[in-house]
Amino acid sequence: MLLAGPNGAGKTTLLRLCAGLLPLRAGTGEVLGVDLATGRKRIRRAIALVGHETFCYDDLTVLENVRFAARAAGCEPGVGEAALERVGLKRVANVAHGRLSQGQRRRLALANAIARAPRLLLLDEPHAGLDEEGRAVLEAVVAEAPQHDCTVMIASHELELARRLVTREVEIIAGQVHPLPAAAPAPRPEVRV
Amino acid sequence: MTLKRVFLALTLLALGATAVLALWVTPPRENEGFDAVRLLYLHVPCAWIAYLAFGITALASLLYLVPRTRHPSWDLLAGASAEVGVIFTALMLIVGSLWGRPTWGTWWAWDARLTTTAIMFFLYLGYLALRRSGATVAERGKRCAIAGLIAFIDVPVVHFSVTWWQTLHQQGTVFNPKLDVQIDGSMAFTLVLAVAAFTMLYGYLVLERFELAQLEEGREERELQLAIAERVRTERSEQVVPA
Amino acid sequence: MSFLREAALVAGKDLRIERRSRVALQQIVPFAAIVVLLLAFALDSDSTMLPRAAPGLFWAAIFLATVLAVGRSFGVEEANRARDGLRMSGLDGGSIFVGKAVAVAVELFLLEVVVGIAVVVLYDVTVRGVLVLVCAAFAATIALAATGTVYGVLAGGLRARETLVPLLVLPAVMPVMLGATRAFQAALDNAPGDAWPWVQLLAVFAVLVCAAGVVAFGPLLEET
Repeated sequence: MLLAGPNGAGKTTLLRLCAGLLPLRAGTGEVLGVDLATGRKRIRRAIALVGHETFCYDDLTVLENVRFAARAAGCEPGVGEAALERVGLKRVANVAHGRLSQGQRRRLALANAIARAPRLLLLDEPHAGLDEEGRAVLEAVVAEAPQHDCTVMIASHELELARRLVTREVEIIAGQVHPLPAAAPAPRPEVRV
Repeated sequence: MTLKRVFLALTLLALGATAVLALWVTPPRENEGFDAVRLLYLHVPCAWIAYLAFGITALASLLYLVPRTRHPSWDLLAGASAEVGVIFTALMLIVGSLWGRPTWGTWWAWDARLTTTAIMFFLYLGYLALRRSGATVAERGKRCAIAGLIAFIDVPVVHFSVTWWQTLHQQGTVFNPKLDVQIDGSMAFTLVLAVAAFTMLYGYLVLERFELAQLEEGREERELQLAIAERVRTERSEQVVPA
Repeated sequence: MSFLREAALVAGKDLRIERRSRVALQQIVPFAAIVVLLLAFALDSDSTMLPRAAPGLFWAAIFLATVLAVGRSFGVEEANRARDGLRMSGLDGGSIFVGKAVAVAVELFLLEVVVGIAVVVLYDVTVRGVLVLVCAAFAATIALAATGTVYGVLAGGLRARETLVPLLVLPAVMPVMLGATRAFQAALDNAPGDAWPWVQLLAVFAVLVCAAGVVAFGPLLEET
């Protein structure tokens, strides 16, 4: 699914909400069948978020970072390496994260995400910083997702590129959780994933 | 006249009575020309208030942490009480030092009570610094509550360790930390009155600070709402596609 | 994954980062050594006073170094929003606490060996009661690392984190300072029997803080 909207509309906020990182202040939400108000910490293991930051450690190598992510999620050994292969980072496996380029970091974050075999993959502006090869990798990962019983939600304003990957689309404008005082109720996105 | 004004008036009255009694009515210590003992009427209440204030902070912190009783007011109360507590702790240390000089011959003594008080002072100074680092209750609430509780639990631990350290440290101590005062009837009464008056002062100060904090907190929320309203208005003025 | 294995994973990660970046080795150890020197100069290198003051000066250097070590432990979590990564990882808050505290403790142990040697050499100390010294150091280090880790996560993500942590940690660990210096003093004075009660105090403090940390770390990590 594509989450389209202008800058500052609230796409990142919504993704972080779905990831269980932000508390739900008003309204209702359900992700993977779990109520966000009560179970947002439980669902995190089944969700992967690839955002602007990579959640990695600059001093550790690519391989060490993905291994940590995989082991923390309780995966078998070897899953990390497999994920690196899929995103095409095998050759830089022993380079420290701090020395990677922007595009390589994005791919590492993607590898961390798929190594955890999530049921929900949240991608925030995934095309940013990726070269041709990177975009091909991204498309392959998204295309394969349904086979791994994984739903993908992409927030992007690269509409042409993103529309190729998705089957549904919603738009979010000035999304906020509270209705406005002294004004007509603004569109409040209610998402069921 | 509002209730608060009445309370303030009564507080000032009590403080005034205490001052009169302390400074003029009660006798000075017999074998001393310098009636430093009068400082005790200030020092002892300050000590009491400090412990009361930090106890309230701990209680309010606990109430904030427990989900069933969670309410932003508890966080504001904890902060207000801690601020007053820190002020009185500082006052206590200063007055105690002023009393110690003529009594013990020194500005400071490493006895258990003084040392613990000094550490307590810094514990809560850190707590206040922590409070300033988050703008709204939501941002700082849990952290400050936990920090407040840790500080409160730490104080008896510190006191215990320092007492122990002290008994080993001083062989035949010159400094008698106990209040070596013959309790005259009028002195006892003045002391009790002083404690009561200062408790009222504590209550008033915390009340004022709490209300101020509520206003500050409300201002953050109002500014946020205004910003959102402004935002939606500008969005609506452009062409939008409904979700 | 079991609690201990999760903790081991986190500790391993932190220690691996240290081995790679060598911040403790190249910055914190020299800092502690400089403090030892500084204090010696401050006391005018009085040859009779330094050995007496050695336990206190030793622990003063270690306490200051602890603040740096904790700052580093949480500094790596700030970059790249690794903190959010830990939250998403599904690791239990208590095990992350134990892992990070253990990593800091290991660094501190190694530091204590180095600084200990420096103090013995520079302050002309005769070492006695090694068993007591080791036990006291063990308990004190655990207490320090645990307290630092609790405040480290408490102040995490705040603007003034680096200056807040020392202000929060140092008053709170005063009992550890007292216990550790008294225990060391008793051991060096050839009266190890006097030291054991202090070791007990240190152990109790350590246990209390660890319990608090295991419980509070998860919720504190959630604070953005």
